Amino acid sequence: MKGLYDNEMKLEFVSKTNNEAFARIAVAAFVSQLDPTIDELSDIKTAVSEAVTNSIIHGYEDEEGIVKITAKLFGNTVEIEVSDNGKGISNVEEARKPLYTSKPNMERSGMGFTIMESFMDYVNVESAVGLGTKVTMKKKIMSMEDEKETCIEA
Amino acid sequence: MIVEFNKNSKQLTFKLTEDVDQHTVEKVRRKMDNEIKGYSPRKVVFDFSNIAFMDSAGIGMVLGRYKLAKMLNGNLEIINVNKSMKKIFDMSGVSRIINIVEEDKNEGVI
Repeated sequence: MKGLYDNEMKLEFVSKTNNEAFARIAVAAFVSQLDPTIDELSDIKTAVSEAVTNSIIHGYEDEEGIVKITAKLFGNTVEIEVSDNGKGISNVEEARKPLYTSKPNMERSGMGFTIMESFMDYVNVESAVGLGTKVTMKKKIMSMEDEKETCIEA
Repeated sequence: MIVEFNKNSKQLTFKLTEDVDQHTVEKVRRKMDNEIKGYSPRKVVFDFSNIAFMDSAGIGMVLGRYKLAKMLNGNLEIINVNKSMKKIFDMSGVSRIINIVEEDKNEGVI
């Protein structure tokens, strides 16, 4: 079967912080087939951890819900979608500002979106109050490009 | 987390043993506060040498303990962070107020 993407995976799990490590490690394992560097993999893990934490502690707060992750590979780019059906964000622009947090009492730094933006090439946030939030992130894996160039040179 | 206290230097060290995210921070935060209150250390040290991952939950973890240490007339230092952790501490402004010592690089490896 030839689809729009070279490869794709989907993951669903209950909104418990225990699953943060599972989520980022699963995505990293999937992205590994693009042969990323340790730094690139670390950037992806961090961005996934931030988005998943947001869904769990902001989207669902104290309620239990399902967090969904879709990861797609095309060429040397990975696209990761993290979504929830939680309470949504009323002002996305404000939420994306560095140091903005709605939970200072939980010692949240307000750096989640800033880190996603800095560690990934592209971050888009779609949210509707009462319906949920979807974060889409893309990153080009450069190490694969280097390798291709080396092959051509050789 | 391994907790070490040196009586002579009054230095309290938290050696982290689990990757730092919201889940693990919630587990260790209270314990760290109790240790700091109990020892009133001159210096609190966060040692990241045993772990490979930290997300933004680490910012709050460090700043919260920094405030408490300062309140008790102590200081705080972060040691053995990797490149990614350093980036997060730089971006959030943590490195402007807290001394951060990066990981020792193996000699011979460039």
